[in-house]
Amino acid sequence: MSLRLQAQSLACERDDRWLFRDLDLDIRAGEIVRVEGPNGSGKTTLLKILSGQLADYEGELFWSERPMREARESFLANLLYLGHAPGVKAALTPLENLAWYQALSGEKPSEAARFRALEEVGLVGFEDVPAGQLSAGQQRRVALARLILTPRALWVLDEPFTAIDRDGVAALERRLVEHARSGGCVLVTTHHELTPCAELRRIRLGGGGADDGI
Amino acid sequence: MTASENSLNRAAAALREEPGDGLAVAVWATLKRDLLLMLRRRSEVLNPLVFFALVITLFPIGISPDPALLAAIAPGLLWVAALLAALLSLDSLFRADYDDGSLEQLLLTPQPLALLALAKVAVHWLLTGLPLALMAPVLGIMLSLPAGSYAVLAISLALGSASLSLIGAIGAALTVGLSRGGVLLSLLVLPLYIPVLIFGAGAVQAAILGDGVLAHLAILGALLALALSLAPLAIAASLRISING
Repeated sequence: MSLRLQAQSLACERDDRWLFRDLDLDIRAGEIVRVEGPNGSGKTTLLKILSGQLADYEGELFWSERPMREARESFLANLLYLGHAPGVKAALTPLENLAWYQALSGEKPSEAARFRALEEVGLVGFEDVPAGQLSAGQQRRVALARLILTPRALWVLDEPFTAIDRDGVAALERRLVEHARSGGCVLVTTHHELTPCAELRRIRLGGGGADDGI
Repeated sequence: MTASENSLNRAAAALREEPGDGLAVAVWATLKRDLLLMLRRRSEVLNPLVFFALVITLFPIGISPDPALLAAIAPGLLWVAALLAALLSLDSLFRADYDDGSLEQLLLTPQPLALLALAKVAVHWLLTGLPLALMAPVLGIMLSLPAGSYAVLAISLALGSASLSLIGAIGAALTVGLSRGGVLLSLLVLPLYIPVLIFGAGAVQAAILGDGVLAHLAILGALLALALSLAPLAIAASLRISING
């Protein structure tokens, strides 16, 4: 079994308009795939389809060369998805938020691991402040701490750079490259220009089709 | 099996075959998290209780303070008010999670969604149905409910409100994606509430008349067993429909 997410002739229609058609994807270990395109070109929709959240599409999805329907459990066990909404509860502290995610993902509850994750994203001193009192960027950082807290092979990140400051962006970029180099795989949408590297590949959406160029 | 897999296993991002046995941990964490959340937003917990108390307080003033008349309508009145109070609190069951994106995350866990949703419903019952059941006897005094029926009132409400929470959660899950789902939720759920209301109020009525209450309570228990076995699956399916729609 190897990390491989494939899509064959994927098509999605929204309000009588094709977001994309005949989209073939082959995403393997060690890659950072950046989905780009103008606003409304279907980047988030594509990410939601690829992470198994939308069933309203045509085409076939494969995980590790098995059809997604059969491989869904194994797929979910390897997926870490960060959506537009950070999924951080305002009334809970960062530590409590992470505790839930840690338990959901089947990790052993470990306060030390949660502290370490928060330290990595630069939230030392904010562990016990309700997330609602943190800034938007800090809340995003709480969500990003999950990348460290729960090791998963496939990262699907929808605009992870939103509201993050410059140092944070650089650190996150480094983290994405590190993840790809250690055999993981990253699927990301962002308007932020990623530093070119050997692992980076682009998929352009918009205009009804997609060209899968470098 | 292959060299590439070995290298993957060594890597930080090792592939996992199947989810681990973390189901109990995940359910427990969801219970704890929801309890903590509700305890930090006490007004949401108090809302249905205050509504219940207000309605019951207003009835003797509005109708008549005559104990005989009030005692006759008390079982139905207490049950209807408790049912509406529980219904009132249902809309927010999944709403907050939907708004901040954690519902999306809940759907993407490898753990069975039905059981995680059941944990959320259990918290709803613990903080709504159970307090309503405990409060009802006190309000019963105000309606001069005949002595001897207080325990039955509390038991029937505790059993019945658990069914109400479970059935209502299906409606809440179906309407979570709608911006104003409150009215639709009531319309969807009320027909399914009727059997619970009939047997719940019937149990209290029987206790007043001195009939056997066990039959009514047994039917309430059966309804709860049915809801407990089927509702989690329906809630999970409804959540998927709402999110994928």
